[in-house]
Formats: sequence, structure tokens, C-alpha cells
Amino acid sequence: MFKIVKREEMAQGTVILNEIEAPLIAKKAQPGQFVILKANETGERIPLTMADTDPENGTITVIYMVVGKSTALFSDLKVGDGYQDVIGPLGKATHLEKVGNVVCVGGGTGVAVLHPITRALKEVGNHVTCIIGARNKDLLILEEKMRTASNDLRICTDDGSYGHHGFVTDVLREVLEQGDIAFCVAIGPVPMMKFVSKMTKEYGVKTLVSLNPIMIDGTGMCGGCRVSVGGATKFACVDGPEFDGHEVDYDGLMLRLQAYAEDEKKSYEEHLAAKGGKPCKIHAPVAP
Amino acid sequence: MAEEKEKKEAIPRQPMPEQKPEVRARNFDEVPTGQSPEMAIREAQRCMECKKPACVEGCPVEIDIPGFIKFVKEGDFTSAITKIWEKSTLPAVCGRVCPQEMQCEGRCIVGKKGDPVAIGNIERFVADYERKHKKASLPERAAPTGKKVAVVGSGPSGLTVAGDLLLKGHDVTVFEAFHKPGGVLVYGIPEFRLPKEIVFSEVAGLEAMGGTVECNAVIGRTVSIDELFEQGYNAVYLGVGAGLPRFLGVPGENLIGIFSANEYLTRSNLMKAYLYPEFDTPIIRGKKVITLGAGNVAMDSARTALRLGAEKSLIVYRRSRQEVPARAAEVHHAEEEGVEFHFLTAPTKFIGNEKGRVTGMEGLKMELGEPDQSGRRRPIPMKGSEFELECDLAIIAVGAGPNPLLTQSTEGLELNKWGYILADAKTGKTSKRGVWAGGDIVTGSATVILAMGAGREAANSMHDYLTWGW
Repeated sequence: MFKIVKREEMAQGTVILNEIEAPLIAKKAQPGQFVILKANETGERIPLTMADTDPENGTITVIYMVVGKSTALFSDLKVGDGYQDVIGPLGKATHLEKVGNVVCVGGGTGVAVLHPITRALKEVGNHVTCIIGARNKDLLILEEKMRTASNDLRICTDDGSYGHHGFVTDVLREVLEQGDIAFCVAIGPVPMMKFVSKMTKEYGVKTLVSLNPIMIDGTGMCGGCRVSVGGATKFACVDGPEFDGHEVDYDGLMLRLQAYAEDEKKSYEEHLAAKGGKPCKIHAPVAP
Repeated sequence: MAEEKEKKEAIPRQPMPEQKPEVRARNFDEVPTGQSPEMAIREAQRCMECKKPACVEGCPVEIDIPGFIKFVKEGDFTSAITKIWEKSTLPAVCGRVCPQEMQCEGRCIVGKKGDPVAIGNIERFVADYERKHKKASLPERAAPTGKKVAVVGSGPSGLTVAGDLLLKGHDVTVFEAFHKPGGVLVYGIPEFRLPKEIVFSEVAGLEAMGGTVECNAVIGRTVSIDELFEQGYNAVYLGVGAGLPRFLGVPGENLIGIFSANEYLTRSNLMKAYLYPEFDTPIIRGKKVITLGAGNVAMDSARTALRLGAEKSLIVYRRSRQEVPARAAEVHHAEEEGVEFHFLTAPTKFIGNEKGRVTGMEGLKMELGEPDQSGRRRPIPMKGSEFELECDLAIIAVGAGPNPLLTQSTEGLELNKWGYILADAKTGKTSKRGVWAGGDIVTGSATVILAMGAGREAANSMHDYLTWGW
């Protein structure tokens, strides 16, 4: 069992942070890598990119949105409870390099994955501008951490309740217009990554995205996570999870993410009915 | 003497009782229901106890076949299992999944004139009898040597190495990347062919002998091979399997509803998607299912599809019936259950709808030309033979390549041009000191028993090393 040592609710309880005891993984993990978690004997294997690691205390942190039965089961776990299985670190680590001015764009729980990458990019000597967005102020996560991790933090909300009223791409255009941006990292809902990549392509700015497709083993064995990148089929688990944002077939990825949509909806409803609760009103990802 | 011989030949091969095809094609229970002690004894009586038993030569792990069959004749099933255990740690598995017709039974002298002795069925009976009655005592371990061995991968070759080296007195830890041990025996081979309870009981046997099994350990990621040596392991065996699914490279292959056989079977077997929603992992339950390929994995996939509610389950294979690589019993079972075979047929494209789901496959008819590298006649597309087949699920079962996850992260491990680990054919020694390898990661996709054979050779060589040095 992998014990939960800390649990926090964010974004009005729709997003959960778990710090989990996993000393071997904590020792090895690099920014950009993911783990696979399974709550119990009958559970699914769910891949989540790590939001943080603490090698000294032997813990890793994951932050996820409750969107279905499996994440609901995760969110039911309390401090002292544990995940039956945690596997990792999986995938390739982010390639970190000093290139000058960097812009990091995050949406929804993607901000959690973006955080260690942002921090590391700044640590190697880049000037990092960070743009994070959410539907409204209450759904924004990790604002203070992102402020510390970057040189310049910009915030957007779809409804204008905080920061810029609009999408992250509005602010991104301003930043790109000012020029001299060498590199972009975009992590969030697939449509957000798609539109960010489209924009950075116009400006010729190399862009990295982190994908989270459906997968089983996470070690290259099932091919369920395959995604078309530059016309070639890649496995997100071993070739990624990060890819050149200008080459990813986002539309294909979005379709594949819907493979079990009906089953997922049904099993979430049944799970909630069994618990006597109602689904979260807010569980749709942030629009681009 | 002559009379006695005649009497022996007169006993027909004892049939294996099975669930009826129309019943079993809709459930996940094991297809053969197992023989009674009387049947096993009767079958054993067919064995002539040859002085130079050809069957043993046909067995990759050289089980003393006439030796254990003699005990079965006498009704002494406990001595029979003890005899098998001298050479094999996984008899309940091998009795079920070995291609006996190409090995022991293929060499059986009785088989020259009629049906060979059903060695696999007898082995299976003996192993099942022991699992149920638990009368035999575990093989005795040699005195502790103080040497530590890491076995990477808990499939058939890894379990064999672990069993052998435990017996020789070494301290053995098996590392498995998945959350359950057993490798292909658990994620790949379906419940109806090999109940998982049997595999877990074999693994429990290793633990009872003092072995340790650590799941969720992705060697090369969680811990590297060099770190294993730093942790005090004296020798490492790599039995990680092939594991990287091959796709066809035809358009439309990433549509929803097209799986690698690895994914389809892993969802159903390891994750128990066939018990969804009791288990949380979903699977697509196709009505019209096409499986590409004709090996054992393809048969397992096509038969799983039937059990998950398919109205039609087709095998599409680009060569002819003669080249089918699956075990005869699997093809026979699949046909009985209603799987349709389309030979000399190859896909050229998958077609999908606006939701990105597969709706059909386009293909070409083939004819056989000259033999290729594999010695099998090469299929050649026939002009103007285009056709279309409807499907809402397609499973690609055309083999697997080497998974680079471990090999890329390990310095000093030489690979061949295809990416498989280079290992000495006799000993399994790799180019890296203290490291052995065997099974599919060395040979490419093969069988359970060949992987076990490689494990046996490697275990002997590892024992020599641990005793005398590299």
C-alpha cells in the first residue's frame, strides 16, 4: 500500500491534491514524468503526471480533477489510507535547457503538471513568463506556487472574475508579440494545447505539450496511448508524455479520449447513486 | 509380452472432457473441465515406457515423462508430481499451454501408428490433483549460499529461474512491472485457457519456498540494473518479454475500436474488464470483430471477443491454413466455438465514422509465392481482389517487438539489430557481467515452454557463476 500523507481540496473541492509515500519513485522522478495509480483491487490503472516530488521524505504529489468513478474513488481516500498500487516514474523527463525567454501556459489541472517544469526551467536560468487560466477565480489552482516558480505570472479567467477576462491565448499573443520568446510549454485541456500550439507556430516558437491519453500499462506494452505525431504513431507512455506541440494530431487525440465516454459516464453515475450523492456541477475542463 | 502390447495399443486416447462449444463461447470458465483419476490412469497405461524416450528429447525442460507417467499408472499421483517438479516448476501451466504436438507428443512412439499418449493432459491432471490435495512436500532447498539474485519479469522464464535458484539455496527476488505477478500468463492468456488462480498458486509456491515477489517495480525506471548490483544483488536475470505490440501500418489504425492484442487481452485478463462493471476497467464489446493474425494470441483474442458478446468473430490471416502458427488445439477450439477463418487475406485500410470509431476494413486477397526468410511461402497481393468487411472492433495480433524501456536504460547490454538482447544460446549470458537474459526478450515472441527452457539453462549458468565466478 502507498500511504497518503497529505490531502488537500482545491477549486471548490473539484480538484484534489494527494501527497503519497513512494520513496523509490520520489528518488528517481524528474519533472514531466508520470505515475500510474490504482485505488483498490477492482480499480482502473490511471496515469497522472506528477505535480511534485520530495526525495528526502520519500513522497510524490499528484493533483487531479474528479471527473469519473476512478478519480472519485481516489478522492474518497483520506490521509492514512493508501493506493493499492503506484507505478513509476514513467515516461521521459522534460528536457531542461537555458534558452532565454520561455513562456509556460497552463489550464485547469494542467497547471499542477506545469508547476515543476516551470520551476525547473527558471532554475536552469531562463526568464519564465507564466500564463495560467481557469473558468473562474474559484477554480484557479496553485496561484502562489506558480508566482514563485516563474518570473512573471499572468492570470486569465473565462468570466473575468480574476485577472484578464478571456482565454490564455489572448495573453499569449501579447507575450509573443513582444518578441524574443525562445520556447513555450503548454499543459492543459487538449483544446487549449491545440490553440496554443497553433498560435506559437505562427510565431515560429518551439512548443512542448504534455499528453495524457488513455493507457493501461504505461511501459509501452499495450499501445492504447498511441497518438499521431508528425504523421508517425507514437506511444505517449514511452515516447512521451511530452511531444512537439506543432506536430501532434489533437483532433485524433480528442476522439481517442472519448473511447469509453459512455461507459465512464454511466459508471460514475452508478457510483454516485450508490453513495447517495450527486455529481460535481463543475467537472468540465477549462475551455481554451 | 506380445499380448500385453496388443492390449496397450487397444486403449484409445482418453478424451478431455470439455464444456460444449455453444456454452463455453459465452463464458470465461476454463474450456477443458479436467480428467478423472481413472481416465488419467487409463491414458497413462498407453505409455510404452520406451528405453530411449523420444518424448523427453522433445521437451525443452527435459521432464522425465515415462518416469512420472509410471507413477500415474500406479495411481501414485504424489510421486508423479514430485518427479515433474524435478524439472518443471509450472506443470499446471505447461499441461495447458504447451504445443505438445510439436514437442513431447509429436515425438511419442505410440503416435507413430495412432494417437500419441496425451502427455499434456496427464501432466495437467497430476498438477491439478496436487493443487487440490496438497500431499507432496515442496522440493528441498539446498543450504543457503548467501548469494542474492534479482529476476526481472515474472513470466514463465523468470518464474523458472526463480524456482531453480531458490532450490539451489540462493536468495531470490522477482521484480514485476505490473501490479500482479505472472507476466504473459496473467495479462495475456485468457482465463478460459489458463485460470489465473493456477498462476497465482504457482507464484505462492515460490514464496513458500522463500522467494520474494515485488510488484509495481519497473526495472529500468523505478530501479536500474546497476542499482540492483549496488543493493547487493550478485546476479540478475532479465526475462522481461517482448512486449512492444506491432501494428500493421495501414491507414485508419488509430481509430477507436482498434486494439493491439496486448491491450485487448490485458484489459480483459489482467484488469478483468470481462467482469465490468464489477471491475472498473472498460472494454469495447464489439458485435462484429476482426482479429488480424493467426497465432495463439490471435486465437485468444477472437475467442475472448465471442465471450464478450460478439455475433461474428473473424480471423483474417494473410497466409493459408498450413502456415497458421497457433497450437492445433487452439485453432480447433476456436473453430468449434464459431470463429470464422479468412485465409490469404490482408488488410489495406480501416474505415471509421465521424466519431472516430472503426466501422470496417478494406483488404486484398493474397496468393502464396516463394518461401521467405521464415521458410513460409510469402503472401503476394492479387490484383483486383479488393474487398470490404464490416467490423466495430479490430484486434491486431501480428506479434510483438522488443520493448526498449529496460534495454535503453542499461549500459553495457548489447542488443542485436532488431533490439533483442544478445545472449549466449547455451547459457543465456549477456555482454554485461553478472546479467543473464532469456525468453521473448532474447528470441522474439515464442512459447511459454521455450521461455522456461531458456530460464532453466540460464539458472544453471547463474548457479555456476554464483559458485565459481564469471
